Amino acid sequence: MSLIQAINIKKTYRVGDIEYPALKDVNFEIGEGAFAAFVGPSGSGKSTLLNLIGCLDHPSSGTMKVYGKDISTLSRNAAAAFRGQHLGFVFQDFNLVPVLSCYENIEYPLLMVRGWSEAKRRERVMQMLEAVGMTEQADKRPDQISGGQKQRIAVARALVGEPKLVLADEPTANLDHDTAYRILNLMKKMRDDFGTSFVFSTHDPKIMSEAELTFVLEDGTLHQQGGAA
Amino acid sequence: MIATLKLSARNLMRYQRRTLLTAGLITLGVVALLIFVATAGAFKQTMVGEITDAMLGHLQVHRKGYQAATDNSPLNMNLQPKAIEKVEEFLKGDPDVVAYSKRVKMGAMFSNYAETSAIRLNGVEPEAEDATVPALRKRISDGDKTGPLVKEGELLLPTLLAKGLKVKVGDSVVLVVTNASGSVNARPFTVRGILDQVTGPGGRDGYIHIKDARELLRMEKPEVMEIAVRLKSLNALEKVQQRLAGQLDTIRNKEDKPATELHTWKELSPFATIVKMIDLMTLFIRIMLIAIVLVSVMNVMLMAVYERIREIGTLAAIGTKPGKIMGLFLGEGLLLGLAGAIVGVAISYALVAVFHAWPIEFTYGRSQLSLVPDLATGEVLLVLCLAVLVSGLASLQPAWRAANMDPIQALKHV
Repeated sequence: MSLIQAINIKKTYRVGDIEYPALKDVNFEIGEGAFAAFVGPSGSGKSTLLNLIGCLDHPSSGTMKVYGKDISTLSRNAAAAFRGQHLGFVFQDFNLVPVLSCYENIEYPLLMVRGWSEAKRRERVMQMLEAVGMTEQADKRPDQISGGQKQRIAVARALVGEPKLVLADEPTANLDHDTAYRILNLMKKMRDDFGTSFVFSTHDPKIMSEAELTFVLEDGTLHQQGGAA
Repeated sequence: MIATLKLSARNLMRYQRRTLLTAGLITLGVVALLIFVATAGAFKQTMVGEITDAMLGHLQVHRKGYQAATDNSPLNMNLQPKAIEKVEEFLKGDPDVVAYSKRVKMGAMFSNYAETSAIRLNGVEPEAEDATVPALRKRISDGDKTGPLVKEGELLLPTLLAKGLKVKVGDSVVLVVTNASGSVNARPFTVRGILDQVTGPGGRDGYIHIKDARELLRMEKPEVMEIAVRLKSLNALEKVQQRLAGQLDTIRNKEDKPATELHTWKELSPFATIVKMIDLMTLFIRIMLIAIVLVSVMNVMLMAVYERIREIGTLAAIGTKPGKIMGLFLGEGLLLGLAGAIVGVAISYALVAVFHAWPIEFTYGRSQLSLVPDLATGEVLLVLCLAVLVSGLASLQPAWRAANMDPIQALKHV
């Protein structure tokens, strides 16, 4: 079974009377354990596609399936529940909660979304902190650590709930080159260690070479793909 | 729930100065309301206590129509022995009535053998009067405060008359009375004590023994003009009034109409209007507190939502359901209101303790009063609930806005 299956996906935005097609009849499949990238220039539709996979948005037409479930028409609450159970997110700006420590940021999905017990949460958070090499920084607030460290915490937060898929929108855009590679390597390692698929977007050709499966988007059209789906 | 509240509390501490300012404003409102309610309550209690315990009693029974003509001290509108017997039967059988006092009231001329002045007199049974209006004895500023309130042949004289006619305790004076049939009667009395004047009806009356009163009026039957009633608690006033009114309605005159009328102290004293004004002012101050809490909490919460749009988008993206996001912001508002109110209550208790150590002294009319405010637990709980409830209401719209934000737009927010 495909992890992600996009069938004739169209997404159109309307501003006043004018319609802007963001995605035009996009079809693709991504299998389990993938390390896939959507690449393309700004405005090509990468983020729109990630938003549709992450059930943050609905396609104008077509079907988007994640783990066999049609997520195209999920209600707001059902979409939130699906994201909480099956997906993890890594953002370009890290988006950590500033009042929470690194430990608490990672713990947040387990506490507020999953409702795990304290002992179970502690064990899992410590495991994730160790996995991303941030055990020493557990009690620090986001404003006390570097950008690369913030993204490590964000990766740990995305993985803590044992999701099948992590979506990362330009996860390296705010990082220097070395740190960006380290984060990508960390994501790959996490994929290898935990079996979680990673799908990320990037406009950086050097970063896209790290992906094992690449989809190129231009003006909302999926032009070519590299690697095996 | 607890996790949400903990996170709400931490979010509040992001902007400590703003949180402290808003909580401080709520505290100020709570203190203002509680101290006003405590002080006004003490004033009400003191005044009502003075009026009911020193003069009126809690309830009064008259013959029908007497109260409307009370200024003329009518002598032909007396309760007759048969009616008195029935009224006494009802009062003795009422579990909320602790005492009652029969009074013979009249207008008289008072003379010190050199000068003459008008006086209103109450003829009372000393023990019953003492039990019904226990603070009357405390009004005796000069003279014997022990023993019977007044003996036969003795007079308790209001201070204004005593001063005006230069009469002191032990002096002999004459009371001249015109009775119901128009004939005049006079008798010498010894001044037993001087009574401090109090505000309200009966505050300038003199007191003699009921036997002397009947003798002065040449009453052939033991009639009375008034029966003053004391209750176990003033809180039972409306309940007893309702119950007694029903019973008294069974006492009928020859035309088969009610022969008696029943009045509470509120209907007899103009101070009841001041009490209503105080209650109205309390209501306005409550409304002001609601406005303070509503505006300040809503302002802070709207700011909080606006400043954290991206964060809200993140929380939504990682799977936090809209209800939980709403709970997070509602919790912030509720905690803000609760914290401000709790500090306000604590400060109010401290201020009340200060007032207990140094009571507020003031003069009302010719009375010297000492106010000792108290905070009623019910009022404190009401104010706490009000502050928390209004804080919740004020947070509702911002919290709803946060919960219903489009995650994509929120994540794009700069």
